This record gives sequence, C-alpha cells and structure tokens, in this order.
Amino acid sequence: MDQEKATIVLFSGDMDRALAAFNIAVAAASLGMEVEVFFTFWGLGLLSSRPYRLKVGSPLQRMLSLLSPGTPRKARLSRLNMAGLGKLAMTILMKKFRMPSLEETMETAKSMGVKFVACTTTMALMGLEEKDLPAADSFAGAASYVARASESKLNLFI
Amino acid sequence: MKADEVLDCVGLYCPMPIARTAQKMKELEKGQVLEIVADDPGIKEDMPAWCKKTGNELISMEEREGEIHIMVRKGN
Repeated sequence: MDQEKATIVLFSGDMDRALAAFNIAVAAASLGMEVEVFFTFWGLGLLSSRPYRLKVGSPLQRMLSLLSPGTPRKARLSRLNMAGLGKLAMTILMKKFRMPSLEETMETAKSMGVKFVACTTTMALMGLEEKDLPAADSFAGAASYVARASESKLNLFI
Repeated sequence: MKADEVLDCVGLYCPMPIARTAQKMKELEKGQVLEIVADDPGIKEDMPAWCKKTGNELISMEEREGEIHIMVRKGN
C-alpha cells in the first residue's frame, strides 16, 4: 500500500501559525504519513537562515525584504505581537513550559522526513533565489502542489 | 507485565510524546512492548489514535500520581 500523504500550504510567516503548521506536520509524520510543506508568500522567510536583505532587485523588492522578518527566530506573532513584546511574553512562556521553539519544531519535522518545498512564483515576486532559502528541499510551482494535494488525505492552508 | 523498553516523555507536550514514540518504535522488534510515561493529558486520546493508525496494539493505560503509563505492543 502506498504511504498516505499530507500536504500543508504555509502562506503565513507568523510564529504562532507556523508552529501550528509544523506541529501538525510532526504529528502526521509520526502517524506514518509522507508530509510536504509548501512555503509561499510570507512563509518563504522561514526557509532562510539569516534575514535576507536584497542588494539586487527592484526598489520595491528591496523594501519588502527589509520589512519581512525572515528566519524562524525573527517570526512575529499573528496577534498581540505589540512590536515584539507579545512575542517575548510568548517565548518566555514556551521556555517555562519547555515547549520547543519554532526552529526546533522545524528541525524535528525535517528529521522525521517532512519535505520543505518553496514556491518559485512568489520567490520571483520577492526577488529571492534558491541560495537565499537554504532550508528548502526543493523548488516547485502550483501545479506540483495541486498534483500532490489531490493525492493527499490531509491538506491544509495556514 | 514488564516492558522491553521505557520511554520517558514527562514534561513534553503534544506532538512530541507521539513523535518520540514513533521514533522509538522503529528500534523495537515486532511483538516487543514499549512503556510510555507522559504527563500531557492529550496523550490519553492521542496514543489510542496513533496505535489505531499505525497498527500497533494498545495494551493498557493507567494514571498514577499525575503520570500516564501506557503499554504498547509493536505490530507490523
């Protein structure tokens, strides 16, 4: 029997949303599913190991790259971020309860075989190149996502 | 009943106890028993669901002093 598949579109680059996405990815991998996370728009920044600051590209692309948090460590909260205060409170609470950080959860997902795919269209839009996103396993477009999602028993957009 | 291996998941939250169990099970032979000790109450629903989905057998589950002890026999 073919392994069951799970597909998650990670549109958001927010810490809390991404945490939910990767916790589900880890759980699905634990249940023996083959999991793929498709990163697009604001989710792309989570695939970079350092904040990307474009030196090339159009002024608009460079402005976007300045405003995007990039890197899992710098990801903001989707609500009550309060210029980082809310995030600080959340991070302290997570440490207190010994909950893994977003980076650690992403590493766990990777170690369990979850595949990270970056959307090439939004990469072009934002002026990102493959070398800017070292955490990506592969680079693909919407058609490969749709093909994959149509075979998946679990498909989420976060 | 005595387990072949014990997995300590006390202090871990969902989905880590299940993720650790899935990883640990790979090291066991079919028919061997793993005892999982956890304190996140979610495990009481999660472990039966995991066993059902992965073809492992849930033998017993009991709560002692805030810790949940679960015995699972490795299936196919």
